[in-house]
Amino acid sequence: MTSTSIDVASKVEAPSIAPSRGYWGPVFRRLSRDPVALIAGIILLCILAMALFSPWLAPMDPYKTSMINRLQPIGTPGHWLGTDELGRDMLSRLIYGARLSLLIGVMPIVNAFVIGSAIGIVAGFVGGKTNTVCMRIIDVFYAFPAVLLAIALAGALGAGIVNSLFSLTVVFIPPIARVAESVTTQVRSVDYIEAARASGAGSLKIIRCHVLGNVLSPIFVYATSLVSVSMILASGLSFLGLGARPPMPEWGLMLNTLRDAIYVNPWITILPGVMIFTVSICFNTLSDGLRSAMDVKL
Amino acid sequence: MNAERISAHASMPSKQPLDRRDRGGQAQPLLSVRSLRKHFVIKKDFFGRPVSQVHAVDGVDFDVLKGETLGIVGESGCGKSTTARLLMQLLKPDAGEVIFDGDPVGKPGGLSLREMRRQVQMVFQNSYASLNPRMSVEESIAFGPQVHGLGKKEANARARKLLDQVGLLPNQFASRYPHELSGGQRQRINIARALALEPRLLILDEAVSALDKSVEAQVLNLLVDLKQEYGLTYLFISHDLNVVRYISDRVMVMYLGRVAEMGESESLYNAPAHPYTRALMSAMPSMDPDNRTQTAPLVGDPPNPIDLPPGCRFCPRCSMAVDKCSVQEPELASLNDQQVGSRQHQSACWRAADVQALAATPISEEVLS
Repeated sequence: MTSTSIDVASKVEAPSIAPSRGYWGPVFRRLSRDPVALIAGIILLCILAMALFSPWLAPMDPYKTSMINRLQPIGTPGHWLGTDELGRDMLSRLIYGARLSLLIGVMPIVNAFVIGSAIGIVAGFVGGKTNTVCMRIIDVFYAFPAVLLAIALAGALGAGIVNSLFSLTVVFIPPIARVAESVTTQVRSVDYIEAARASGAGSLKIIRCHVLGNVLSPIFVYATSLVSVSMILASGLSFLGLGARPPMPEWGLMLNTLRDAIYVNPWITILPGVMIFTVSICFNTLSDGLRSAMDVKL
Repeated sequence: MNAERISAHASMPSKQPLDRRDRGGQAQPLLSVRSLRKHFVIKKDFFGRPVSQVHAVDGVDFDVLKGETLGIVGESGCGKSTTARLLMQLLKPDAGEVIFDGDPVGKPGGLSLREMRRQVQMVFQNSYASLNPRMSVEESIAFGPQVHGLGKKEANARARKLLDQVGLLPNQFASRYPHELSGGQRQRINIARALALEPRLLILDEAVSALDKSVEAQVLNLLVDLKQEYGLTYLFISHDLNVVRYISDRVMVMYLGRVAEMGESESLYNAPAHPYTRALMSAMPSMDPDNRTQTAPLVGDPPNPIDLPPGCRFCPRCSMAVDKCSVQEPELASLNDQQVGSRQHQSACWRAADVQALAATPISEEVLS
């Protein structure tokens, strides 16, 4: 029998020698052919490097004030991006600011990605009444405008980085859970899930082995697109005094403290805004690129 | 001719490899299905009571004997696939019982669902949708055995052996992904996946229907070989009468959620005893251009499975209907036949004998030539 089946194989199935590239190979190949997404990715990597290596990159101490050198314009020797209202070096503050801004922009999304996916996948997979109950509760949170909810929560908990992280996490769980639920509902009724169930696997095992791999990438793409919103919200919280506290270098907070100087030296004032804008638009572009690279019917 | 078949069947047990999981001996059916029913509720009233429901499977009884291939045919929407899913307990039946080798499935004191699923496996129609696109072929096949406690290494070894058995070179295919394979290759992998748990009964739900003819023939031959090798029992669901005739020992014809006719495949194809079976047969294209089918074998569509007609379900489309047919629903009854027990030719028609008498007319001759 064995020998005949090998015969059949060599006759019937035309041998194709090309090695299997799996799933991620083509995705990265397509992504590398998308120049816009590639540039956005490179910029983000630079900013990440900036955050990681800020003590080595920053020319000066970001906390060192100098009353004589207040609000120096861009291009001043020694302070290439000028100084802020307390005479601190803007370049150093922007470089150090990347740490905190990225942290409170990205961390809530990471948390919400884990929690929201878990809620959405379980609700979508179990279906029925469990799904309805979970999703209605999520809807309650979803009904609030994101900004309002974040401000209300952060305000109620009090100012501070941890509290603003927490409130932003809560804000981003509902949209991620929704996406996770809808993707899971689609996957749940496909034959390979039935086949897995027919082979006697329990729900947890099926979710772990069959659902997660097919569901995580769309949720991931959606979550990356939320990072930009989160950055802006986090900056907004800091701007309102609910997130980072002075004298910490954080872009949103810097925007707030420099607000009074806008008539004196507007170019300095908009620098933190430019950083926030750059990072969020890069995240958006990258997630668009990821979406089109992954969204291919295999 | 009948005597020949009886003796052929009587000698079959010795040819079948003895399975240590066999409990009731060769005479006990491997699978018995009794008054299986599934209605899909499509509308509920304010209090949650069903207002209208689709009678997908509406009281089906049959046996699958050890070592045989039972074919199930019928047009789309007649409940073939629902029956398969009910047997696998992928859908919960509304009523009826499934008895596997003497043990009721999912009942206290009977066979547990998990154990049943180890002994009954299924191959789905859509070869692409039934493989996880993110899993390599080897992982897909090895998944089932791992669920049942086999180590990763042993499971992978079994997967490779099965790949070889279904005619795919393990070294070439084990690490491939479903989208890199052709339909025929994928269906071979689905078969290997189903066999990985060493089942005794394999349900093939339109397993070859989506393949083109040459590949279909290869897969059918593979199924015949595997059956010999592993001593499997098949439940073969298809709408293709020729394929069912080729592979099946016995055939069951379904119409709108009920069994219309059941019998040994030769006997059923030679002398159909239900007007619906007869219509199906005459709808098979003839290979002889002089024997073209001139008139449409069946007129109209099947009635709405939500509002079934009173009496016989086939009555509104039946050319032989009499008054009684639209009043009282016929039960599945045995015909005068030399076979015994489950092998009897049965038909759910008031005029079964008249229909069989018609079989002498050229229509069946033409089909069978």
